[in-house]
Amino acid sequence: MKRLATATVAAVMAAAPVMADLVFPSLSYRTGAYAANGIPFADGYADYFTLLNERDGGIGGVMTRLVECETGYNTEKGVECYEATKGEGSLVYQPLSTGITYQLIPKATADGIPMHTMGYGRTSAANGKVFSNVFNYPANYWNGASLVVNHLLDINGGDIKGKTVALVYHNSAYGKEPIPTLEALAAKHGFNVSLLAVDHPGQEQKSQWLQIRRERPDYVVMWGWGVMNQVAIQEAANIRYPMENFIGVWWSGSENDVLPAGDAADGYKHITFHNVGDDYPIFEDVAKYVVDAGKAAGAGDQVGTVLYNRGFYAAMLAAEAVRKAQEIHGVGDITPAMMRDGMEALEITEARMAELGMPGFGPSFAVSCENHGGPGTGAVAQWDASAKKWSLISDFSSPDMSVIQPLIDADSAAFAAENNITEGCN
Amino acid sequence: MLYRESGDFSETYKADSQTFPIKFDRYRYYAVLAFAFLVIPFIINDYWANAVLVPFLIYAIAAIGLNILVGYCGQVSLGTGGFMAVGAYACYKLMTAFPEVSIMIHVVISGGITAAVVTVFGLPSLRIKGFYLAVATLAAQFFLVWLFNRVAWFYNYSASGQINAPDRTVFGHLVTGPNTEAWAKYMICLVFLTVAGILARNMTRGALGRKWSAIRDMDIAAEIIGVNPLTAKLSAFAISGFFIGISGALFFSVYLGAAEVGEVFGIQKSFLVLFMIIIGGLGSIFGSFAGAAFMVLLPVLLKNVLVGGLGWDTALAAHLEFVIVGALIIVFLIAEPHGLAQLWRVAKEKLRLWPFPH
Repeated sequence: MKRLATATVAAVMAAAPVMADLVFPSLSYRTGAYAANGIPFADGYADYFTLLNERDGGIGGVMTRLVECETGYNTEKGVECYEATKGEGSLVYQPLSTGITYQLIPKATADGIPMHTMGYGRTSAANGKVFSNVFNYPANYWNGASLVVNHLLDINGGDIKGKTVALVYHNSAYGKEPIPTLEALAAKHGFNVSLLAVDHPGQEQKSQWLQIRRERPDYVVMWGWGVMNQVAIQEAANIRYPMENFIGVWWSGSENDVLPAGDAADGYKHITFHNVGDDYPIFEDVAKYVVDAGKAAGAGDQVGTVLYNRGFYAAMLAAEAVRKAQEIHGVGDITPAMMRDGMEALEITEARMAELGMPGFGPSFAVSCENHGGPGTGAVAQWDASAKKWSLISDFSSPDMSVIQPLIDADSAAFAAENNITEGCN
Repeated sequence: MLYRESGDFSETYKADSQTFPIKFDRYRYYAVLAFAFLVIPFIINDYWANAVLVPFLIYAIAAIGLNILVGYCGQVSLGTGGFMAVGAYACYKLMTAFPEVSIMIHVVISGGITAAVVTVFGLPSLRIKGFYLAVATLAAQFFLVWLFNRVAWFYNYSASGQINAPDRTVFGHLVTGPNTEAWAKYMICLVFLTVAGILARNMTRGALGRKWSAIRDMDIAAEIIGVNPLTAKLSAFAISGFFIGISGALFFSVYLGAAEVGEVFGIQKSFLVLFMIIIGGLGSIFGSFAGAAFMVLLPVLLKNVLVGGLGWDTALAAHLEFVIVGALIIVFLIAEPHGLAQLWRVAKEKLRLWPFPH
């Protein structure tokens, strides 16, 4: 009888979730037209938290719990996922979709839950005075656009007057984000921008590439996602567009995007805000504690790919923010409001990155109440089709903030006026 | 047994021609209304409102609208997504241009604007029928999405092309924006749906509805008995557009709060609403409700059972969801081509005779 009771108690304990844990919702998409890119990111995000649980016993002695919810990159499902997970004490939302981000910014702010949209989402959220709960460090779209133009300036000896840059973009909020920046930079440096929209899901791009073939722009810049990327690279190869003149944003530069085109994709470039490859000490721990232990998310075959690393990096930044929040408030089991404070006080140094086993993986930066956007530094990576590897061909450099900052201020001011927000941080 | 009609006499013509002539049916209807208005608002929470009930109510309005056009008047339309977008953008422009006017009025005017647009796109129906008309409305779908993406005036020149619903109140309670209470969202949609349902039900069983049915069944015969195809078809397009516009306006302002035309009002939306009325039952108001409930609730239910209950992998559950919903649609269409409404009719018939069937 006693044994039965013990067994029952044990069963109940095992079945009931542990109350004190740090909940990280993962609004992932492993299905649909964007799954090829959604899967590695979700795997990396999940594996980092698994690693922390297995190796360190959570963060600051409190276990983490990942709640995954499938959005299919669809805003309605994203809303459903948000509502389903917010009650579990979710600390931070990272939807990996600009559409869902736009949807959630007001909702999460009203519920007091922070959002981290790393390298995507609403760029003007970098202005922390208006967007109190939204963070997009270490880089955003407008940084990306400026970095692309800086790279073009570099390879042209600082003069791109009269050149033509075609922007092939996903016809959505995501793809439209860089247009104002590119236009402002075009006015400053005297080049021409031609805009080519590709509708969701991006399977059909014949007419856009026909136009590129006819107009022969000097450079093609891409803001694509999901299946659109591979189709665009294939089409560029079909019209024999020189790959070294074709540059994607960080969301258009994963292995999944270039591999289908085979050798023809050799030389394709993309801008990135973190380093590439799996040559970091932490990946030994991942192999030991996560992959070999059979605890890897998904198929476990994505370790070290570009988007896996990005998900991994996003999880690392979230975990560091949790540590900061625990330090500020002196409790282990933090609330979303404390998480927000932790994110706002986050400071990533070279030394800390090295300590984590990721030396030089991302920039060192500090977040402040006013600046939620980080430094916006980035480098250019190029694809080597024979070695099937990305490698950095430039150093990390800074974007042209003299153009971007006025745009951020104007857009966030418009948002504040529309929604009657008074500026904070005073 | 349940549907006993003995002793249920109508003494006036009015009583005889009411919507629910059987007493039990009528009481059930009152009970559902009372439950929806007096009980649910007090027990609803954010999840139930945002994930289940608000989308159900809004899709039900859209399904009623499309059912008038396709089910009652027989004019196939694949433009529902685009027409909902007209309602949404009309509502956005009105909300931002006239902030002092009540959102209720804006939603109704958005319905009116959509009715006008749909009527224009309905003009080809006077010349072409069937599949050809379906293609014409498909063109409307793509044209409208392109238009709202292309012309920056519609989204007030915002950098991203997104439209965001500002905070608006009804009787001092917020109904749009992020701080809206769950019950307020639910109530505004419920009020619109109730009015839409009553209007549609009475129109479809009146002279107008009979004209539509005559056109649907055989347009030449209808013309010979004196139905004017111009007014009958265009009134179906206009009234259908009015309801679809209202649903689009609510979809954007109350449910999502922010929208992007290509993603939210794409061709998938047109198909979704069309599936709703086919599964629910063409030419039936109840079918619109049943179809909307089926298409909105089933995926959420499956997700909660498979992921929440059984702890399955999210991707596997999402794929399986497609399989199950698809299989159920096929099974329903084979077993009962007239939809859920016909199942309901048969069940009622059986209950009236039970326990002594013929």
